[in-house]
Amino acid sequence: MAEARAEPLVELRGIVKAFPGALANAGIDLTVRPGEVLALLGENGAGKTTLMNILSGLYRPDEGQIFVAGERVDLRSPRDAIARGIGMVHQHFRLVERFTVAENVLLGSRTPRFRLSPKRVVEHVRELGIRHGIELDPRAYVGDLSVGERQRVEILKVLYRGSRVVVFDEPTSVLAPQEVEVLFAGIRRIVGEGRAVVFISHKLDEVLRIATRIVVLRHGRVAGEMPCAEATPENLAMLMIGREIPSRPRAAAARGPIRLRVEDVAARGERGHLAVDGASLTVHGGEIVGVAGIAGNGQAELAETIAGIRPALRGRVWLDAHEVTGRRARQIRDRGLAFIPEDRLRQGLIPAFDVVENAILSCYRRPPVSRGGVLQRRSARDHARRVVEAFEIQATLDTRVRALSGGNQQRLLVAREAAEEPKAMIALHPTAGLDVGSTEGVHRVLLELRGRGVAVLLISEHLDEVLALSDRVLVMYRGQIVHERPAGEAGLDEIGRHMTGVGSRA
Amino acid sequence: MADATLTIERPSSRPRIPEWVEATLVRVAAVVAALLLCGVLLVLQGHNPWIAYTDMALGAFGSRFAIEQTLLKAIPLMLTTLGVTITFAAGLWNIGAEGQLTIGALAASWLALNHGTWPAPVLLPAMMLLGLAGGALWALLPAVPRAYVGLNEVISTLLLNYVALLVVDYLVFGPWADPTAFNFPYSPAFSDAARLPMLFGDVHLGLILALAATVIVAAVLRHTVWGYELRTSGASAGAARYAGMPVTRNILGAMAAGGALSGLAGMAEVSGMIFRVQQGISPGYGYSAIIIAWLAKLNPWAAVPVAVLFAGLLNGGYALQTSKVPAAITYMIQAAILFLVVAGEALLARARRAREAAAQKAALGGAG
Repeated sequence: MAEARAEPLVELRGIVKAFPGALANAGIDLTVRPGEVLALLGENGAGKTTLMNILSGLYRPDEGQIFVAGERVDLRSPRDAIARGIGMVHQHFRLVERFTVAENVLLGSRTPRFRLSPKRVVEHVRELGIRHGIELDPRAYVGDLSVGERQRVEILKVLYRGSRVVVFDEPTSVLAPQEVEVLFAGIRRIVGEGRAVVFISHKLDEVLRIATRIVVLRHGRVAGEMPCAEATPENLAMLMIGREIPSRPRAAAARGPIRLRVEDVAARGERGHLAVDGASLTVHGGEIVGVAGIAGNGQAELAETIAGIRPALRGRVWLDAHEVTGRRARQIRDRGLAFIPEDRLRQGLIPAFDVVENAILSCYRRPPVSRGGVLQRRSARDHARRVVEAFEIQATLDTRVRALSGGNQQRLLVAREAAEEPKAMIALHPTAGLDVGSTEGVHRVLLELRGRGVAVLLISEHLDEVLALSDRVLVMYRGQIVHERPAGEAGLDEIGRHMTGVGSRA
Repeated sequence: MADATLTIERPSSRPRIPEWVEATLVRVAAVVAALLLCGVLLVLQGHNPWIAYTDMALGAFGSRFAIEQTLLKAIPLMLTTLGVTITFAAGLWNIGAEGQLTIGALAASWLALNHGTWPAPVLLPAMMLLGLAGGALWALLPAVPRAYVGLNEVISTLLLNYVALLVVDYLVFGPWADPTAFNFPYSPAFSDAARLPMLFGDVHLGLILALAATVIVAAVLRHTVWGYELRTSGASAGAARYAGMPVTRNILGAMAAGGALSGLAGMAEVSGMIFRVQQGISPGYGYSAIIIAWLAKLNPWAAVPVAVLFAGLLNGGYALQTSKVPAAITYMIQAAILFLVVAGEALLARARRAREAAAQKAALGGAG
């Protein structure tokens, strides 16, 4: 292959980047050569986006070196990166809706220093589009364009600036299938000109179709690297997930009656698409049911629908013998459902409030924390103290939650929900972004709840976590539960296949 | 138990200056800087800022009469500030206190003009209720579309202020015009029963109303379930939805309560000071309230001294006119204070973030 000969366009050596409570990149080496589509594969939180934000000048690494065309560089800002020929097509577009395509392409570019010639820019953008097979009217307003078209504007922006390395961050997550085809054609054309593309994704099938070389990241490290020709869904899934399954000695499940039952639920996602499409499951008391699946297959929407935060299009939900279908979130809570949401700082906690006011978020309407509509400050404090002490959270009650570490924030949230004495608990990605110690703490709480006869629904992308904790494992794919197995019998490769939608072929 | 793996959080920052002290310092600095800035402008205009500011201070607090006039103006400022504080705390950017005040004043005036013969112990409480109701209704006009279809309340509340002024114009030129006033745009004067009793000098009962409202609003926000829900909605809409709070109902409730307080301010103005309906019931109290609420960091108690200060600024501005300095200096100072406070807050937040980041880096030890 030509790869071996070609001078690398970009080389990253020993990149380390730490965030509060998490080591996002723990020493990563990466080489990008002209003419290749390098796929960066990994679970959420594996460090892909952090690495690419370092490459595009958004973050600066704590350690490590960056070489562009053989020269050591220090990328202080995206502007530096652009000047060095590195462009990024972000997952969330950075476009001005009220500007035209041409104006957006021009935005942030330094080439016309002073006088703008709108006509010439329009012509230039049109030419550029034709050359790359990107059909867009430069005079169209971005606000009128579809999502796929907007992405093409982002691509034009990067090409206009003469980028030699184009980074795509999860580019297909917003696209319809036909648009994915258009995107892939565009990517092939880009690398055909001796540029390189870095394609960040966690979708195995797409990576296998578009990449020439694949690098798998796990827990901030390179877990494996191979030419696309040698890759199969099974070995990639294995690298993403990790081979070792921590086994956990634990008491045999004293499985009780069904406490949470979900039947044929459907719900729409943020973009109006059918995110959950007929999902059914049951969870017994004293049981942890794990839902595995790659992000974006409707897990978050399913959890929010059960919790009453998101309206269900159809389907029914029971908690113990009570049907709670269509009830408000508050009523479902009162019936005994606790919920650990995905985004602790936007949903589960109120960062600007202190620990006390966060600790009562799920029980502020009940005595003793409030009586007759009046908050009982002393009882609230007592409640908060119990929550904090029971789970060894390192914080004083008057600390604002935004000042806590990520691990302590999540422990506070989990502890609060566990203190509700729930009948059922939904834990949505409860350890995302946490360090080992906090992860362990969260796991312990979930097992404790199970021991107390609570029905626990654990939704996680980390398959090792699902396998280590669950009594039964379900796999969610495209809005449905496609697979179910008792945890002991579940094989990694089998689950991996179902996660990527190739299970039925096995 | 796997206790051994628990990480102990290293102290991320040593006990430093408490947040509220920092916030207060930023605000004091903003006021001083605003005075300096406007002082420079005064110099450029050929005025002596020292004399101008001394005149202002004397006009505001220099005599018994001045203090009475300042307290008199502090009443509507306190009430409207409480009104916007409730809505701001709930995350609703209600810019419509001015209009809510005006409609509250009109609602109370309607009763005063049509049933002025009622005895005061009946008439005055009824006027207060109508003032509260009028302000609440005017605030609900933008609140309903906000709650049900998410229409931005900033624009709608602001624009309704101008509608309220037009309603005043219509009434004083038309149906409510005083037939004996030679076509001046006045309503007839209120009867004695429709006038709030005086506490001392020109200062009327409204001062007690405003202070009582301060106690109530502070208690509601901090010590009630409803207040907790409002503050949660304001601090994190996602958390409010997650906890199953009745978001729609709370939007309506917060706006109605805020509008009611501004409406009460309007009632107090017509019943305690103006004694009739005329153009210019408020010289912009509802707008100053936004600045005061911000300066007071949405703390009802802190709003009291700030409102008195702003009332003094207003009176001081009037006093300046005799020395040929335009009274508009008052609004310039107000605007400068707001800008500088907002800028100061932004800088403070930045410094805090940088400090936390540094502390966290230190806590991570070798990795950083």
